[in-house]
Amino acid sequence: MSIIELRNVRKSFGQHEVIHDVSFAVEKGEVVCIIGPSGSGKSTLLRCINGLETYQGGEIVVHGERVDTGSSRIRQLRTRVAMVFQRFNLFPHRTALENVAEGPIFVKKEPREAVLARSRDLLTRVGLGAKIDAYPAQLSGGQQQRVAIARALGMNPDAILFDEPTSALDPELVGEVLAVMRSLADEGMTMVVVTHEMGFAREVADRVLFLDGGVLVEQGPPEEVLSRPQHPRTQDFLRRILPS
Amino acid sequence: MSHFLSQAETFLPILMQGVYLTVLVTLGAFVLATGLGLVWAFMRVSGIAPLAWTARTIIVVVRGIPGMVTLFYIYFVMPDLGLSLTALQAAIIGLGIAYSPYMAEVFRAGIEAIDRGQTEAALSIGMGWSLLMRRVVLPQAIRVALPPYGSTMVMLLKDSSLASTITVAELSLQGKLLASSTFENTTIFTLVALIYLAMSLPLTAFNSWLERRMRQAR
Repeated sequence: MSIIELRNVRKSFGQHEVIHDVSFAVEKGEVVCIIGPSGSGKSTLLRCINGLETYQGGEIVVHGERVDTGSSRIRQLRTRVAMVFQRFNLFPHRTALENVAEGPIFVKKEPREAVLARSRDLLTRVGLGAKIDAYPAQLSGGQQQRVAIARALGMNPDAILFDEPTSALDPELVGEVLAVMRSLADEGMTMVVVTHEMGFAREVADRVLFLDGGVLVEQGPPEEVLSRPQHPRTQDFLRRILPS
Repeated sequence: MSHFLSQAETFLPILMQGVYLTVLVTLGAFVLATGLGLVWAFMRVSGIAPLAWTARTIIVVVRGIPGMVTLFYIYFVMPDLGLSLTALQAAIIGLGIAYSPYMAEVFRAGIEAIDRGQTEAALSIGMGWSLLMRRVVLPQAIRVALPPYGSTMVMLLKDSSLASTITVAELSLQGKLLASSTFENTTIFTLVALIYLAMSLPLTAFNSWLERRMRQAR
């Protein structure tokens, strides 16, 4: 069974439909990268998967359960599909450690000491073992995003959604975040990544989805979609962003 | 000057009885206004239309009525409706209600100043509304709301003198009574002004200290 499945999903803001009839599935352990021009609905689609946005048509199913923002089950579901944001969205009034431990302790009600120990391990794993007591404002963008990844991991999620995780970073900080994501992929984490990092998509993704104007234009293994795109819109997009 | 000091020695103990009532009215009204203000603010940001609308109406109506009239209403009109209160109770309740809209707006501004990304991050780890308010939004909103909250408190301290209009012998009324029986207007009203200042300055200082401490904590 797929971990995440979208069937004919439609989403509109008022009269304006921004996602048209999108279907795809994500299997356990799979890394799916969603690429496409800005405004193509990539982030919106991602936000629909954990119920930060509502959708109007079709169905999004996570672990066999329909995503419904009006349902009381949505909170339970969000604890299983974590999210990493473009602008990190760390809690500025809490330390790195507290940011990671917040969900497990206060939402999942896990025993505090065990959570803190695990959170320290997670921060060490993302290379921030020396920064556990730092506040977000004391960290660089790359470090903050790594804390955010540790926070997502702290929930022990079945999958992690990444919404342009490196777009708000200075160029020299992008690498450290991608390295952490790459190691997660190697360890078999299920990931859906909205990204403009074509290098990352090429090397790490199992599958690349090209979204344009809210339509899923093309999908397949990265070497096919990125090197031999079939659709003119994909070809056009890649020509514009990749240096020839 | 020595004349002022020797007179001050005589009048101060009498004025201090007024200070006691001023403090009582201010603190009581402050607690009530804070509680009510929080309720109105939560209703406004709840996203539930009837609640938001009700809170907005209450804020507009109460804010549009002079505090003194609110006090008159509670002290003189309520008995007609079968609810008799002492002057002190009426002063605390009246000022508490009259100040609740200002408190509500201070809190709402604080809550709405918090970046939407914070709410989304909290939701994304499975938090519900109350947990998200308690753990994420309010601790940050307090920092934003603290300066206007502090100045509202100072305003309330000064406006506690309105209680005199419904016979509570707080500081300003005590001063007026004393002045009209001794004709020592200069001494007495200077003393009254100094005592108000002596109460509001530490309040302002405490507020600045709290602000500084909270800034350091991040």
